[in-house]
Amino acid sequence: MSAAPSATLAAAPASARPTRSRSPVLPITIGAVLVIAAGFAVPAWLLTILLFALFRAMVVLGLIVLLRAGLVSFGQALYFAVGAYAVGFLSRAGVNDALVRVLAGALAAGALGLVLGFLLRRYRGIFFAMLSLAFSMILYGLLVKSESLGSTDGFAIHATTYAGYAPDRSSERFALLVLSSVVAWAGAIAVALYLRGTLGRLAEAVRDNEIRVEYLGASVAMAVHVKYVIAATLAGVGGALAAMVIGHVDPAMAYWTNSGEFVFVMILSGSGSVFAPFLGALVFELIHAVATHYSPGAWRIILGSALLAAIMFVPGGLWSLMPKARRS
Amino acid sequence: MSRLSLIAALAASVALTAPVLAQEPLRIGVVTHLTGAAAGPFGIPARNGAELLIDAINSGTLPAPYATKGMAGQQLEMTLVDEAGAPARIATEVRSLIDRKQPHAVVGFVTTGTCLAALPVLEETKTLSVLSTCGTPRVFEDAKYEYLFRTSANATADGVTAARYLLARMPELKSYAGINQNFAFGQDSWRDFTLAMQALKPGFKATMEQFPTLGSGQYGAEITSLLSNGPQATFSSFFGSDLEAFVLQMAPRQLNAKTQLVLSTGETAMYRLGAKLPDGVIIAGRGPYGVFARPTDLNKWFRKAYEDRYNVPPTYPAYHAAQALLGLKVAYDKAAAAKGGGVPSRDEVARAFRGIEYEAFGTTIRMAQSDGRQAVTESAIGVYKFDRSAGTATVTDVTYYPADCVNPPEGAKSIEWLQAGMPGAKCNLSN
Amino acid sequence: MNALVPILIDGLNYSAWLFIVAVGMTLIFGVMRVLNIAHGSLYAVGAYVAATLIGRWFDADLPAFGSFGLIFASAIGVGLVLGLVLEQGLLRFLHGRDEIAIVLATFAVFLILEDVVLLIWGTDAYPAYQPYGLLGTSSIGGIAFTNYDFSLVVLALVVGGAAWWALNRTRMGKLLLIVIHDREMAQALGINVRLVYPATFAIGAMLAALGGAYSAPMISVSPGIGVDVIILSFAVVVIGGLGSIEGAMIGAVMVGLTRAASVHLAPQFELFVIYAIMTLVLIVRPQGLFMRAQARKI
Repeated sequence: MSAAPSATLAAAPASARPTRSRSPVLPITIGAVLVIAAGFAVPAWLLTILLFALFRAMVVLGLIVLLRAGLVSFGQALYFAVGAYAVGFLSRAGVNDALVRVLAGALAAGALGLVLGFLLRRYRGIFFAMLSLAFSMILYGLLVKSESLGSTDGFAIHATTYAGYAPDRSSERFALLVLSSVVAWAGAIAVALYLRGTLGRLAEAVRDNEIRVEYLGASVAMAVHVKYVIAATLAGVGGALAAMVIGHVDPAMAYWTNSGEFVFVMILSGSGSVFAPFLGALVFELIHAVATHYSPGAWRIILGSALLAAIMFVPGGLWSLMPKARRS
Repeated sequence: MSRLSLIAALAASVALTAPVLAQEPLRIGVVTHLTGAAAGPFGIPARNGAELLIDAINSGTLPAPYATKGMAGQQLEMTLVDEAGAPARIATEVRSLIDRKQPHAVVGFVTTGTCLAALPVLEETKTLSVLSTCGTPRVFEDAKYEYLFRTSANATADGVTAARYLLARMPELKSYAGINQNFAFGQDSWRDFTLAMQALKPGFKATMEQFPTLGSGQYGAEITSLLSNGPQATFSSFFGSDLEAFVLQMAPRQLNAKTQLVLSTGETAMYRLGAKLPDGVIIAGRGPYGVFARPTDLNKWFRKAYEDRYNVPPTYPAYHAAQALLGLKVAYDKAAAAKGGGVPSRDEVARAFRGIEYEAFGTTIRMAQSDGRQAVTESAIGVYKFDRSAGTATVTDVTYYPADCVNPPEGAKSIEWLQAGMPGAKCNLSN
Repeated sequence: MNALVPILIDGLNYSAWLFIVAVGMTLIFGVMRVLNIAHGSLYAVGAYVAATLIGRWFDADLPAFGSFGLIFASAIGVGLVLGLVLEQGLLRFLHGRDEIAIVLATFAVFLILEDVVLLIWGTDAYPAYQPYGLLGTSSIGGIAFTNYDFSLVVLALVVGGAAWWALNRTRMGKLLLIVIHDREMAQALGINVRLVYPATFAIGAMLAALGGAYSAPMISVSPGIGVDVIILSFAVVVIGGLGSIEGAMIGAVMVGLTRAASVHLAPQFELFVIYAIMTLVLIVRPQGLFMRAQARKI
C-alpha cells in the first residue's frame, strides 16, 4: 500500500480549486438563504429530502476534511450515532432545545473523536478505514445489547423547541429546515476557513508525502488528529440533526452500511468545495426517492448503477461538473 | 443558477402527482417487507393477505356479515411501501408516502423497529393507521396516540402462552434455557417468557441464554452448548431463515430428543420445513391464526381464497394483515351508518374504531385496551406433527388460552404485570 | 475443563467455515489491491445456484452423493462467469484509480447484485438440506456432531494447502508472488500483469462462491445472506494481514476459537468477539498479523 492511497481522487478537484479566492462567507450565506427560501416554495416531500440532504451533507463535509489528508473513514456512522443518541439522552431527560441538542451532539462526538484519535492517527489507508469501521460496529453491538435503550427498536425523540418557542405541527418541518440550514452555514464556513489555514493546507502535503512533512518540522500526527476530531464533530452534528428530523434513534445509525452511504455521497460529491457535499447529498436523496418510488422492489439496482456511473464517468465528483469549478 | 436548475430538473423528473379531490377510491398505504430477510416469512404473506382482502372488499365477495362492496361504499386503492431497511429510512418512506399520496389510512408494519420509528410520523400527520403485527407493548405504553390502532395482541401474550403451556405439559420441569436472536424482538420474547415462567414458578430461572447475532446462520457452537448444558426445555423466538437453519442444524444432532423445544413463531416455518421439523416440538404463531385458526366460515373462505391465489396455506402474518383491513372496514361502515351514509371523516372513523369487537378470520378481535385502540385476542399453541401419509404439517394437543388469561388487564404495563406475578389473570380453559 | 473439547471442536468448525469464506477476498486483495465488497454477493449467488441445483438433483432422484459435485460445479461456474464479467467489464477500467474509488465500485456492484438475486430467486428461502445429513454424525463425549461440519475443516485444509502449493511450488505461483510483492517490478521483468488479474479475480470469485455453495446445505438460502459475510471476511482478512493466505488462516482460527469460547462461557459477548479481536490485533500490529512492511517512499 502506498503512502498516498487517495491521491487521484482528491487530486482531480484539487486542480480545480481557485488559488486566490475571496472570502467564503458570502457565497455560503447566499446558499443558506436560498435553501431556507426554497423551504417556502417546495412541496412537503421535497422539504423532507432537503432536511435529509442537509444532515447527510454535514457528515460528508467532515469526510472531505479527512480526504484532504488522503484518509477515508468507513466508520463515520460511529459519530453520527453518538450525536443522535446524545440528542436521545437529552430528550429522555426532557431537554428539547435545538441549540443544546446540536451542541451536545457535537461535543459528544468530538470528545470521543479526540480520544479515539490518539489511536487512529497512527493508521493510514485501508487500515484506518477498517479500524474506524471496527469501532462503529462495537458501538452498534453495545446499542443492540442495551435493552433499556430499546435495543434494535431504538426510541422516539421529543419534538424540538427553539429557545422556548415550540412550533406547531404545520411549521415544525420548516423550523427544522431553518435550524439545519443555519447549522450547515456555520459548519461550512468553519470548514472553508480551516481549509485555508496553515493546518488545513498541510493536509495535502500529508497526503502526498508524510515523511517530507515531518522533515519540514510539522507534526503529521497532530494534523491528522485535528482533522479526525473535526470530522467526528461534524458527523455528531449531522447525527443530532438527523435525530431531530427523523424523531427516532436506533442502532442501525451506527451500522457499517450507513458509513458506506456517507462515503458513497462523498464520492458522488467530489471534494473540490464545501458546497460539494450539499449538492452530492441532495442528488443522492433525489436518486433514492425516485428509485424507491418507481421500483420499490429493486431500488438498489438504480442506486448502485448511479454510483458506478459516478465513479466511472465523473471521477472528480458532481461538483467538478459545475461551470464555475471548470472555469478556474 | 445552474445548481438550482439542476435541482428543478431533478425535482420535475420525480413527477409526483398531487392527489385529485374528486370522487375517487380510498387510498390505503400498505407497509410491509417486500425485500430482505423478513420478506419471505412475514412480509410477503402479509402483502398477500392485504391484497386478497382489498380485492375481496372491492368486489364485495367477503362472506357475511362483511359482503358489502367497499368501505363505506368506497372502493380501495392500495399503495405498497417496502418495510425493509433501517428504521430511520422507513420513517422517511412513510412520510414520503403520506406527502405524495395523502392516504386515507396506512395499514401494516411487521417489525417493531420500523413501526416504532414510523409512529411519530403517522401521528404528526394525523394519519389513520392500523398496525397489523408490530407486537411490542411499547407502542401504547410509551406514548399516547389519537389515530393509531392495533388489531393483533401484544407479543407479551406469546411469552405467557408458551410458559403456561410448557408448565402444563411438564409440571415437573427442572431446567430450561433459551436461544433467541440478538435484537429487540428476540430479547423481548425471551424476557417475557422468563418473567412468565417465574410468575408461574417463583424463582425458576433459566440455566442458560444464547443470543446469536441476527442472520448469522451458523449455530453449531450454540447447539453444542445446549446439548452439553442439557436443559429439559428450550425456548426460541427464531423466525425465518434463521429458524430454518437452526432446525436443519439441530435435527441431525438430536437436540429435539434431549430438550423440549418451544418455537414461539414456529408456525410461519411449519409448511416450509414440513418433515424436516421434528414431531413433538411445541409451536405457536402469535395468536389463533394459520393452523390454529378457529374453523369458522370466515376462516374457511380466507384459507381457500388464499390457497387458490397463492398456492400456499396462509400463515399468521397473512391473517394479521387481513384482520387489520377488516377492522378498518368495520370501522368505516360503522361510521358511515352512524352519520346515515356518505364517506365518514378521519375523526369519525377513528371514533367508530375505538372499542369495537368483530369476528375476523382466525378469532374474535376485541379492541379492549389502551382506550379501545389495542386488540386483545385469545391465544393458541400446540405440538407439531407431520402427517406422513397425507404429507401435511399439522398440530396436535392445541390449547386456546382466553384473552384475559394471557394479556395484562387494561391499564397495566406488561413487564410490571409479569413481574407482579400476573395478577388478575382469568384462565377458564375452553376448547 | 470439560468445556474445552466442545470449544475446540466448535471453534475449529467455525474457523474452517470462516477461512473458506474469507480466503478469496485476501487473495484478490493481495494480488490486485482490490478490497472486494461484492465478495458477499458472490457468496450469495454461489449459495443460490447450489441450492437450486441441489433441489433439482434430489427432485430427479439422482444419486445423493452426486450433490457434492454440484456444490463444486456451482462454485466454479459462478466464479468463472461473474468473476470474469466483473473484472473485464468493470475493474479493468479502474486500474490506477485510488483504492477507495475501487472499493466503492465493488460496493455499487454489491448493491446491484443484491437486487438481481432478489429478482431471480425471489424472497422465499431456498433449502438444500439433503447433503447436510448424508455424511451422518459422530459422537464425541456424548454429544453428537455433524460430519458435514467436520468436512468443512478438511475442505479448508485442502483449499489452504492448494493455495500454498500453487503459490510456492509452481512457476505461475512464483510469478504471482512477484506481482504481490512489487507490481511495478513485476511489469518491468516482463510479467503480463494484465493477464494475471482476470485469472486471480476469477479464482477469488470461485472461492467466494464455494463458501456460499458449501454453506447452502447448512443454512436456508435467503435474501441478505451476503451482507454479514462481507463484514466477517473483512475482519478475518484484516486480522491476518491483507493479502496473506497464512494470515487469513490464523485470523479465522483466532476468531473461530474465541467465538466458540464466548458461546460456551459468556454468550452475551458473542456479538462483540470479532470486532474486539480486530481492534486488539490492529492496536498491537497496525497492519495485521502477517502484513509485509511497506517500503517507505521518500
